[in-house]
Amino acid sequence: MTVVERREIALVDLLDRLLAGGVVITGDVTLRIADVDLVRIDLNALISSVNRNVPSPFGD
Amino acid sequence: MTGLRYVYAVCRPFDAALQTQLTGVAGDPPRLLPHGDLVAVVSHVPEADFSEEALRAHLEDLDWLTATARAHQQVVDALTAVTTPLPLRLATVFRDDSGVRVMLEEREAAFRRTLDRLDGRVEWGVKVYVETEKTEQAGASRPAAPAPPAPKPVSGRDYLRQRRRQSRANEDLWSRAEEFATGLHTTLSGRADDARLHAPQNPRLSGAAGRNVLNAAYLVRRDASEEFVEMVDRTKDDVPGMRVELTGPWAAYSFAGENAGEGS
Repeated sequence: MTVVERREIALVDLLDRLLAGGVVITGDVTLRIADVDLVRIDLNALISSVNRNVPSPFGD
Repeated sequence: MTGLRYVYAVCRPFDAALQTQLTGVAGDPPRLLPHGDLVAVVSHVPEADFSEEALRAHLEDLDWLTATARAHQQVVDALTAVTTPLPLRLATVFRDDSGVRVMLEEREAAFRRTLDRLDGRVEWGVKVYVETEKTEQAGASRPAAPAPPAPKPVSGRDYLRQRRRQSRANEDLWSRAEEFATGLHTTLSGRADDARLHAPQNPRLSGAAGRNVLNAAYLVRRDASEEFVEMVDRTKDDVPGMRVELTGPWAAYSFAGENAGEGS
């Protein structure tokens, strides 16, 4: 399987999984991520840092 | 000894060693905390950064969020190489080892059920983009009836006709996109044990060209993954104007919840 070679993972793909996926456990310190107002993340900062083009795995 | 416990994942006991150079979210190498028939993968994190209040602030700090997410992913990824981990949500933190043990004990049955369901499986991400830019540019670069310098009914009619042509082309593009994405999703779902749709990504965040119309995750057996990837690969030139992107293999983040796959 050649596709397994790793590229830098795009932050948006990562956040799709880490902030919306995974088992949600209410631990003794754990806060529920859903409660955090992620909208307040500075959108401009997010855009400028994420704005690297993600190459298609098919090299089009 | 001190500090809080950050939990990355829960696994069945496994023999293989983790990469030695692996560093966790706060630079502390992850270690295994076995309890009963399960193993929690944890590292020690400073209370100053991971108490509820500190976390709340940090999660709105993009650099911190990025570094933490990447570190979390690296640990889960290393686990994926040696076992089938059940990844936890980012920033799941406990006071101490015994807090983690209590959690493992309380949720043992659910963990075992989910680990059985995920066993030997990985997640593949598939996104479909409609390359709208090209269409728009093509439309824009067309010498549109010269900016009406004066009331000129003829150029107005041409303009309307052109607009109509354009909007028909757009409608056509979107209906083809929908058809393509739906068809692809149906095909891939048929080859997967489970599927889940994520919200389409905002192009301003992803920096990707085109409009994201499908952002899906598929739970696929490892031994069926090669075939799955080939199938995705074969779709790439199927329809002009559509772009297909594949990511993975991921740990089964999108299928970790007990109800994953239902809804959405």
